[in-house]
Amino acid sequence: MRIKQLALAGAVVFGVAAVPAPALADDPSPAPAVNTAGTSFLTAVPITANQAVQVGAVTGDYLYWQFTAEAGQRPDLTATVALPDKGRSGDESWIVEVFDGLRRRQACVAGEQSPVAAKDAAQVTLGCRLRQVRSWAEPQDGDPLPGTYYVRLSSTKVPEGDLGLPLKVSLSLATPKGDLDADQGELAKPLVPNNQPGTVLTTPASSVSPSAEPEKSSFSADWLPDFSGRWFWTVGGGILAALTGLFGFSLTRRRRRV
Amino acid sequence: MIHKRLSIVVATGLIGAATLLGAAPANAREPGASEPPRVELVLDVSGSMAAADIDGETRIAVAKRAFGKVVDALPATTQLGIRVLGATYGGKDKKIACQDTQQIIPIGPVNQVQAKNAIATLKPTGYTPIGLALKQAAADLGDTGATRRIVLITDGEDTCTPPDPCEVARDLAAQGTHLVVDTLGLTPDEKTRKQLVCISTATGGTFAAANSEEELTDRVQQLVDRAATPPPVQPATVTGTGSCANAPLLAPGVYTDREKISEHRFYRVAVQPDQELRASVSVALDRAVQPDYGVLLKASTTDGRELVRGLDAGSGRTDVLSAGLRWSADEQKADAKASAEAADADTDDDATRTTEVCLIVSNSFASKVVTDTGMPVELSIDLVDASHTPDAPGLGRGFLFLLVLAIAGLLAGVLAGWITRYWVATWREN
Repeated sequence: MRIKQLALAGAVVFGVAAVPAPALADDPSPAPAVNTAGTSFLTAVPITANQAVQVGAVTGDYLYWQFTAEAGQRPDLTATVALPDKGRSGDESWIVEVFDGLRRRQACVAGEQSPVAAKDAAQVTLGCRLRQVRSWAEPQDGDPLPGTYYVRLSSTKVPEGDLGLPLKVSLSLATPKGDLDADQGELAKPLVPNNQPGTVLTTPASSVSPSAEPEKSSFSADWLPDFSGRWFWTVGGGILAALTGLFGFSLTRRRRRV
Repeated sequence: MIHKRLSIVVATGLIGAATLLGAAPANAREPGASEPPRVELVLDVSGSMAAADIDGETRIAVAKRAFGKVVDALPATTQLGIRVLGATYGGKDKKIACQDTQQIIPIGPVNQVQAKNAIATLKPTGYTPIGLALKQAAADLGDTGATRRIVLITDGEDTCTPPDPCEVARDLAAQGTHLVVDTLGLTPDEKTRKQLVCISTATGGTFAAANSEEELTDRVQQLVDRAATPPPVQPATVTGTGSCANAPLLAPGVYTDREKISEHRFYRVAVQPDQELRASVSVALDRAVQPDYGVLLKASTTDGRELVRGLDAGSGRTDVLSAGLRWSADEQKADAKASAEAADADTDDDATRTTEVCLIVSNSFASKVVTDTGMPVELSIDLVDASHTPDAPGLGRGFLFLLVLAIAGLLAGVLAGWITRYWVATWREN
């Protein structure tokens, strides 16, 4: 009887632990609509998730936007291009490309990244979903990391005579959360470009002497992992182990004859 | 209670002061950012502008109205000038006709009445010396270090070649810094379109065709607005060398350079032991290139050992091709430390010394365009704290983990039970 109660209690605790923390509702007030686009990486116009982007452009333009992504997010872009209704002479190939803060190309794992618009198509829809942004990666890896991301929308193949015809572009970005506990490690600084004019040095900047870095105090909580779902799993596992331990112990007791 | 509040206020104040102090040097490091961008509109007033083919009106009438609207909507801070070409000389002497370009509004804050009056008096007259007008416009804009944009509006190709306006544009972009030419074709024919596309590509600008007044007004407005918002940084000019030994040593920041096709350019960066190097490079396609191409950014030690590379390749139309890389001395430091300990060296001097990393930018473009100028390169360098490899996870996760713990618990319980029984049995017997 007591064991049953204990088991029940354990199941309740475990059940609570296994339910992931409810995702915080996104801020309901949408940001004002964006009606410009940059023409280079440096002039890329910042956008945020769920912000309306409506831009007038012409065939042949390269349109740049940038957004910030955090670890655990899976950025998802959708772009719709309303093509010019008259004057077109052939098919157009369109592409949406995403680059990270170091201007490294990022792979799209879903979405129509490079569709071809037929000559008589009224519009073309593009999409790109990135891999989940990781909290840390080897420097040699090209994995998506927290920081700035650039979006470039352009046409890769277009009849020469169609260049310069006006069109309308709308873009939307969603950043759903992925599996937050999957990753370990932390990037010391997000991949955000350092936009300051460069200076050519004559001598290398003096090395910081090792003594300048003070020894950290002996007491530190750095070894403790950050709060995450893993804590629930581990605590739940401990409770489960204790319960099965008690059960195992009870199995070895002699049945009392009634 | 009061003490507590006081201390909070003091602490907040201190934090604020610290933030301000910390932020000040960062702001001080951005010269040039305050320079307002300068833009010049170059309008073709050649004889062909008298053609009445835009919604039944002459091209010049439509252009004048569009300009009027744009001038009305100008933000007060815009530094705008207007230059015309082919506006005064109606004769047949090509030599004189091809010198016909004047600045009717000098660059500065715009006096709207004056500007509109100046535009109203224009009459379509002469030839189309686009090349010369571009040269003069670049001279009008000067080289103050601010972004310079030229908006060229024409209905026909250059009638004064040579020089080819496209080559003029490429030369201008290579000489000065930060010059962009946006072109707008009024009902352009094929030749005009090709020429304008070439001019805009050579300078990193855009080309648009306008077949109605609305299109023209919208586009000019958009270009002027775009010109009015300066980029976040004016890259510093640097010249990479052909080998690592004499390569320029770069601090974190953004640089521009020019690289010819199949050329290699070397730069050096000094990386502290616990720093991470982040570099990215963009090569702009300022000319027509063969369909397949690539760019490679390589980091190596000064003696040529490759550390890491970033590369990208593509095909088809594009404006820039970029690659980036990260590298940190972390592991190398660990190696050096280990070897130093193994060799029983007196200090771990090797481990704390800065590493000089060579950055090599190369490309695999091919082009039929013959020119001496290289393609524009934008190099961005950053040094940040190194990110350390995470330890193995200290906490578990998943149903397998739970199962293992449960079975382990069960076994431990059974074992404990048996031992207890055995112990009780022997204790009772004794």
